[in-house]
Amino acid sequence: MKYVDEYRNKRLIDKVAREIRSVADKGRFYNIMEVCGTHTMNIFRFGLRDLLPSNIRLMSGPGCPVCVTPNEFIDKAIWLGGLKGVIIATFGDMFRVPGSYSSLEKEKAAGCDVRMVYSSMDALDIARKNPEREVVFLGVGFETTSPTVAQSILAARKDEIGNFSVLSGHKTMPEALRSLVRGSRLNIGGFLLPGHVSVIIGKRPYEFLSKSYKKRCVIAGFEPLDILEAILMLITQKRPAIEIQYTRVTGKSGNPIARRAMEKVFDKKASLWRGIGKIKDSGLVIKDNFSDFDAEKRFSPKIKRPKENKGCICGDVLQGVKTPLDCGLFGKACNPENPVGSCMVSTEGTCAAYYKYRGKGNG
Amino acid sequence: MCLGIPMKVVKIDGDEGVVEAGGLRKRANLSLTKGLRIGDYVLLHAGFAIEKLKDKEARKTLQVLRDMHI
Repeated sequence: MKYVDEYRNKRLIDKVAREIRSVADKGRFYNIMEVCGTHTMNIFRFGLRDLLPSNIRLMSGPGCPVCVTPNEFIDKAIWLGGLKGVIIATFGDMFRVPGSYSSLEKEKAAGCDVRMVYSSMDALDIARKNPEREVVFLGVGFETTSPTVAQSILAARKDEIGNFSVLSGHKTMPEALRSLVRGSRLNIGGFLLPGHVSVIIGKRPYEFLSKSYKKRCVIAGFEPLDILEAILMLITQKRPAIEIQYTRVTGKSGNPIARRAMEKVFDKKASLWRGIGKIKDSGLVIKDNFSDFDAEKRFSPKIKRPKENKGCICGDVLQGVKTPLDCGLFGKACNPENPVGSCMVSTEGTCAAYYKYRGKGNG
Repeated sequence: MCLGIPMKVVKIDGDEGVVEAGGLRKRANLSLTKGLRIGDYVLLHAGFAIEKLKDKEARKTLQVLRDMHI
């Protein structure tokens, strides 16, 4: 596949890894956080940790939308699914995530109408074809995804589709990074920033990381050569800055059309991140003038007090403070067949990555 | 979840289109990108083309790595 295969070239991968080993200062310790779950997955999948010298440490970050979605959101989705005539449309990743008391998968088995879709536009199509039903789409994801959901709400308004609404659990990345560097539980020297979030937001929203917190940052693509080149750029960056490695897709100023769609439909609000807590301005709620498409306002979900999964350390894993190997449940009570926490459910969760590629340089 | 796949635009019909990669064809919403032409590559995410790929930049990245002497 074009723009994929050439960035997996084994000979070039070895060459860049050799370069990293030769330029890395042996007297220094490099603590690098890869923010995005897709980065984490590919780092494991292509065994990239094995190619790095021991003084370059990669830590997984909070950039897995499914993982950071709190139980409260799943509980609300389940409550909505229990209403007569409601169809829940969701990305596949959310299907198996346990909430406080159940999961959408279990509810579907019990008779709930839960349908997996690839796009929010598919959910809108379901609404078009079932005018007598109510279709609720579960809006989860960072800035990469929220403009697509905004477009669906705008399309629903334009085409007057009255039986479509969105339960918004959308979150934004820069605010989470701000809370992470402020929390100072970790000594993060630099960040591999998420390439596809940056496609939309560009580099400006990250500038506080280099200016105020003196963090070195590189916006990175997802193929093995992208990730290695970004690490090379990070360790050779002269002074803290936000550089872009993924120039074939990510421009400095992002995608203004997508940002406009987002701004038209959503307002920023404090949002709860699983295991991390509430982060100011890090969530996207549907604006009042689109409240007819806001499942929260339309149905006012009434849920029992959410509870966390006992023994699960997802929150610490998401902040890079602990690794899955520090968890008593990992690989035992919690595995992909029977996940306790969201980091094991999501295909790009850190626990799922450790489990799937155990033994491939994940120690 | 922020997965994006580079796919070639093979059909454009207003805001709707068809994209292709590795023999697989998919419907794509093109409303978030401007000025696309048949043959362009886009990054497909959740059914939407969220950006056009810049071939010159793609080749530059690889050339820099090839030219590295070590």
